[in-house]
Amino acid sequence: MTSATYFSDLKVRVAQNTGLCLVIVGFIAFYVFYNMNHPRGFSTAVYIQNSNEVFTLAMVAMAQTVPVLMGGLDLSVGAIMTLVNCLASHLLSGSPIQILLGMITCLATGALCGFINGCVVVYGRIQPIIATLATGAIFMGIALFLRPSPGGNVDGDLSWAATNDLFEVAATYGLFDDGKAAWFQPIAWLPVPLLLILITAAFIWMPFARSVTGRSVYAVGSGEGAAYMSGLNINRAKLAAFTLGGFFAGIGGLYLALQTSSGNADIPQAGAYTLNSIAAVVIGGTSLLGGVGSAIGSIFGALVLRTISFNFRIFEIDPLLQPLFEGVVLLAAVSLGALSVLRVKNTLESFR
Amino acid sequence: MSLDDDLTARSDDSETAQSAHMSLSQITKRYGGVTALDAVDFKCDLGSIHAVLGENGAGKSTLIKVMSGVVTPDEGVMKLAGNPITFAGPSAANAAGIVCIFQELSLLPDLTVADNISIADPPRWFGLIDAGAQRRRAETLLARIGCEDVNPLSLVRDLPLSRRQMVEIAKALAKDPTVLILDEATSALTATDVDRVFEILRLLRDDGISILTISHRMHEIEAVADRCSVFRNGQHVQTFDQGTRTADQIVQMMIGREISTHFPPKPDPGSSETTGEEQPAKALELTAFSWDDRLSNLNLNVEAGEIVGLGGLDGQGQKELLLGLFGVLKATSGTISVNGRPARINSPLDAKKAGIEMALVPEDRKIEGLMLPMSIEDNLAVASLDRLSRGLLVDRHALQAATEDGIRRMQIKVGNITDPVSTLSGGNQQKVVIAKWLMTNPKIILLNDPTRGIDVGTKQEIYHLLRDLAEEGAAILFYSTDYEELIGCCDRVVVMYDGQIVRELEGENITEHNIITSALNINGATP
Repeated sequence: MTSATYFSDLKVRVAQNTGLCLVIVGFIAFYVFYNMNHPRGFSTAVYIQNSNEVFTLAMVAMAQTVPVLMGGLDLSVGAIMTLVNCLASHLLSGSPIQILLGMITCLATGALCGFINGCVVVYGRIQPIIATLATGAIFMGIALFLRPSPGGNVDGDLSWAATNDLFEVAATYGLFDDGKAAWFQPIAWLPVPLLLILITAAFIWMPFARSVTGRSVYAVGSGEGAAYMSGLNINRAKLAAFTLGGFFAGIGGLYLALQTSSGNADIPQAGAYTLNSIAAVVIGGTSLLGGVGSAIGSIFGALVLRTISFNFRIFEIDPLLQPLFEGVVLLAAVSLGALSVLRVKNTLESFR
Repeated sequence: MSLDDDLTARSDDSETAQSAHMSLSQITKRYGGVTALDAVDFKCDLGSIHAVLGENGAGKSTLIKVMSGVVTPDEGVMKLAGNPITFAGPSAANAAGIVCIFQELSLLPDLTVADNISIADPPRWFGLIDAGAQRRRAETLLARIGCEDVNPLSLVRDLPLSRRQMVEIAKALAKDPTVLILDEATSALTATDVDRVFEILRLLRDDGISILTISHRMHEIEAVADRCSVFRNGQHVQTFDQGTRTADQIVQMMIGREISTHFPPKPDPGSSETTGEEQPAKALELTAFSWDDRLSNLNLNVEAGEIVGLGGLDGQGQKELLLGLFGVLKATSGTISVNGRPARINSPLDAKKAGIEMALVPEDRKIEGLMLPMSIEDNLAVASLDRLSRGLLVDRHALQAATEDGIRRMQIKVGNITDPVSTLSGGNQQKVVIAKWLMTNPKIILLNDPTRGIDVGTKQEIYHLLRDLAEEGAAILFYSTDYEELIGCCDRVVVMYDGQIVRELEGENITEHNIITSALNINGATP
């Protein structure tokens, strides 16, 4: 491919993803502004703290993205995250093998919850929004049963390593001369949660989006009838969308347990995560009608939402104003997405 | 050569029976009480382009749905290369090499052209879609059909309709078909694209593919088809080599349905015009009306007390014309005059206003006509809520009186008017749609195929109602896909073709022969 066609391709891709590009540019500008005004701005400590605060929401937002792309809405992502969080507060301790098995169990539980959602939607023929409202309440109930009051026992080393930079990981587990190896220095400053987000996006989301099942998820959201007529496996796409959503929510819950060293079946917190995940998805340029968008956009949506609260902290604005600001940003994002309606020449089509 | 030339046609068929690639014998398909295909025998050969002709509802669409696995026939046997086959769904038919390009596009608007072309079976690399290979495949296929100008990375929704249709053809070719079925695949294309498609079809035929095409454009069939089959009333009338029958003979084969319904008598056409020299303003007059590329330069008028029929094959702009009149389409050009005064109608709300008082009975009653979960009463009242309210509140007594009146007038069979409207039969649902608009006392009534899918008894009631409304002074514009209705019901019939009015028929000239000839645009441009 010549560089000329490469750039023309890039132009096409940018034009098709203006929403996502705007969010990325907006986030970078907003975050640089924050760091410039922060007394310890552009330091590893700030990056570590921020990425810790973003991680769980970013995962829950990715979890929400998959059903939304398919044309549904998952009201149980916060509950799945909380359930896995409570489970993790029981399992993440003991020998390294026990901890590893505990982590695998946690992630499998998240995926299983999502799979159950998918089964209710596909085989129960129930609309996703109401199906997940019900299953979400059930997951919350199990979480409360597991952890009636906040608490738990989480391995301290793992918790410390997972919530710091790579240097601390190496130092904690005695790797690479306790992290002092010369080659290790250029990456030693990277916050672990940031790295985990990148890994999840690059090795789970992107392969999924490029698989036939992932493509089918987009196709179902874009036009279920046409997808069926094209001979795609619609049921498998729906099951996969919810299962992957549950898996992402599980990662979020697992991480929250490491971050807080405990489990907490907090109903308002679960609800707030679900609603914020929808906001992050929309800000990230994904259409609630399905078919358009990506989980990468939702990560940036979560970043934008969290950066709003970071700024509130350093400027000492009344935190009560924070919901108002988040609402304005959300409204602006939705309005950009609605511009295309103006081009429709047959007004009847704008209602479909 | 006479109309009942079936004997020669049949023997003709049996000669080719050995080489028939796909054959249907005694295929029957019923939808409820309607027999869409009635013991049809049909064959198509490899290396041949076969055109299927017939008027609306002749069974062409059902035929290709059966062949491409979308519907399962009730009776009969299908054979492919001599072996009996049944299809579980469209993908099973695709796997057997039968690929259909449907009239409603099957493309996914939010995916790229390359994604769409390879949607069913993308090239893979370690299980993941190989974007590079997929793109090269799209480029090859697009080049094969002469569409190098389409960027494989563009989203389908950003392409104009004619390009989308070409992408649809590329998508079909990606499945390596042995039988390629095109259902009106050229209707959205520009003339140069049509030539290109024909060139491709000839190349594919020479590669040994069996091609089946449904088209309403006679000159296109003459240009490209090797054989033709005519269908009528769900039956296969005849198959013959292209060129052995004249256009007029083909029209004769397509018509010939016995009139089964009774229509109310029409008034004497001369009576209203002899009353005086001062011409009253037309109730509805349309001058140079155009929209997008779907309607061009329409001139039409409807007088008070007159029923004007809109004819022509499905999808020639009749629906758009009615929607345009009703204010649903943006950026129309030309003028609409009501009672001699220019009317600005930008929405259905405008169309309802005093001075215009227009009503539209839409095409799809389940989506555009009714709010299915709401009650019969609410559905009846929904268009006249402004008349039935005092201040901000709906007047319960006025509402009750009005809905009872509507039910009585249309003789709607209802148990309880608070039941959801979805509990009614199709015919009664349609009566609710009509009654809802009659409650607004419209002066201009537009109807989009109001009798589609309803029983004969209700149809007759609707015909009588339309005549009564006309006698009460309403101007009625009535689109129907059923020629019998146009002949039996209308004082004048306007036939549309490709977004234009090609012919206006009046009085004795409203015959099935004339309507079909104009609908197929056999005589060329406006006579």
